[in-house]
Amino acid sequence: MSILTFLQERAGDIGIALQEHLIITVSSVLLGCIISIPLGILLVYNRFKWLNSAVFFIANLLQTIPSLALLAILIPLLGIGLKPAIIALFLYSIMPILRNTYDGFQSVDPSVLESARGIGYDAKQRILKIQLPLSLPYIMSGVRITTVYIISWATLATLIGAGGLGQLIVSGLGTNKLELIITGALGAIVLALLTDALLGWVERMLTKKYGRTSSATTA
Amino acid sequence: MIEFQQVNKVYDDGFQALKDINLTIKKGELTAFIGPSGSGKSTTMKLINRLITPSSGKVLINGEDIMTKNPVELRRNIGYVIQNVGLFPHMTIGKNVAVIPHLKKWDPKKIEPRVEELMRMVNLDPEVFRDRYPSELSGGQQQRIGVIRALAADPDIILMDEPFSALDPISREQLQDELIRLQEELNKTIIFVTHDMDEAIKVADTIVLMKDGEIVQTGTPESILRHPANDFVRTFIGQKRLDGDMNDGIGIDPESIRVSTVDEVMVTQPATVTPNRGLAEAIKIMSGRKVDSLFVVDKQRKLLGIVSIYRLLNQYGEENKTVKDIMRPIGYQVSPGTSLPEAVEIMSNARLTNLAVVDDDGRLVGLLTRGSIVQHLNEVYPTIVEQFASNLGEEA
Repeated sequence: MSILTFLQERAGDIGIALQEHLIITVSSVLLGCIISIPLGILLVYNRFKWLNSAVFFIANLLQTIPSLALLAILIPLLGIGLKPAIIALFLYSIMPILRNTYDGFQSVDPSVLESARGIGYDAKQRILKIQLPLSLPYIMSGVRITTVYIISWATLATLIGAGGLGQLIVSGLGTNKLELIITGALGAIVLALLTDALLGWVERMLTKKYGRTSSATTA
Repeated sequence: MIEFQQVNKVYDDGFQALKDINLTIKKGELTAFIGPSGSGKSTTMKLINRLITPSSGKVLINGEDIMTKNPVELRRNIGYVIQNVGLFPHMTIGKNVAVIPHLKKWDPKKIEPRVEELMRMVNLDPEVFRDRYPSELSGGQQQRIGVIRALAADPDIILMDEPFSALDPISREQLQDELIRLQEELNKTIIFVTHDMDEAIKVADTIVLMKDGEIVQTGTPESILRHPANDFVRTFIGQKRLDGDMNDGIGIDPESIRVSTVDEVMVTQPATVTPNRGLAEAIKIMSGRKVDSLFVVDKQRKLLGIVSIYRLLNQYGEENKTVKDIMRPIGYQVSPGTSLPEAVEIMSNARLTNLAVVDDDGRLVGLLTRGSIVQHLNEVYPTIVEQFASNLGEEA
């Protein structure tokens, strides 16, 4: 059986797997952004340094839990399917986005903030109109890194019934079909590379616009 | 009019930054706050737009206590320029200038012409600069934008916190001149913080001299130069203008200024030429340095002689001659450490326009000129000049 006919035959399955994979990835990264960016901003303005250390410690700790284990832990809590998969991967996205938001805000030139305050920007305007735009390249860098990782890790989500490209790999393993395994694996790799290229381009555009070099904090 | 009434500022750690400040700043004047670092000059200025809140006492603007006003609103009505410029790097120059009118919700149709008007005021063509980003401008151009950004909404009061300190000397001079020109047109109430006495004298109508959180003396530049209130002011004026550094030696003994040595007064890089240069080359050096004579020194900077423009022109036809063939020996010289009065006496007795300072190994280390002496006298003004004037008075 040629590769072409195989792909043709299984196009429906591959399409669904890809779709599921994208849903898992995008949902967990979006959730990560919604939680981590405001949290990062709060930490910048938080005066209790111990709290910052605690939050970063927990976010770091989440990163160290093996993904298979995390998925397994979530089953008794959230059951199986899409939901626990998205939650698990969201937990991984917290650290890179949080760290980069925090660093991005910290990197804004203090004299820029001083002049903003002195000429009458209130606190909200300083965050939204000065610090957030200037931090965007940093934040985008965190989003890019975490998205690429999550695309890779999402292949495991199939083990708790969330589907995705991992589904092809697991089926391939069960039925000893190499072409299925390769399709699933290659699919995830190509998806990761394309996403990296696209988000990398967005990051460069933002860096150009906001005149800052982004320094990525790797996950 | 801005009034400070018995203002104190004590920080949480117990440090008293300001002690009992009472001050009235006149409307339409440029008032310079000057003092060494830590004197409280910047703190005092920041009370005006509530960037700093006093621990006790009141600040009034046109008779109204500023604590009764919304700080954000207050700041939008007071221009603010800082040392590090603080332009917003992600906005174009045009947008940067327009930020305060935008914050004050001006009609957008009014903002655009205002931006152009302001940019022309500081000779930056809006067509060229409006769409550029701050990083594409030189330091001097950036601070011009910083100044017009503060002027944009036409505030009555402008606060400037060491606005020109970070600039190179040429840009600094230019911006000082432009500020003076703008102020003649606009007559704003400007508070100008600086640690540079020359700058304060140049731009200010009134100088407020501060030290350790207290006001030491207030007055016009002229009155402070003529009647320094105490030794601190005297040394601050004198010492600062001697070596350009205000943080050290505040406690310098005024006596030591009076017995200056030639080392402090001399020009350290007089125009020189090496002995094997041709005559045309020597003339070129003279015109470049704008002098009428050159000291001839060898590679070890040993002083060999002097050539004047007259001698050079006389012998100019002789193409094969070099500087060493036509130089004259040096008649008078002094060694480093010679006191200024001694050197001046030599110069006046021998009717010299300048006097070489030569060390024990015969090396030229500097040159005393009439110009450098006048400059020095001006620097230690009023100490010497006053003494001189009183001496004259006694003789008469």
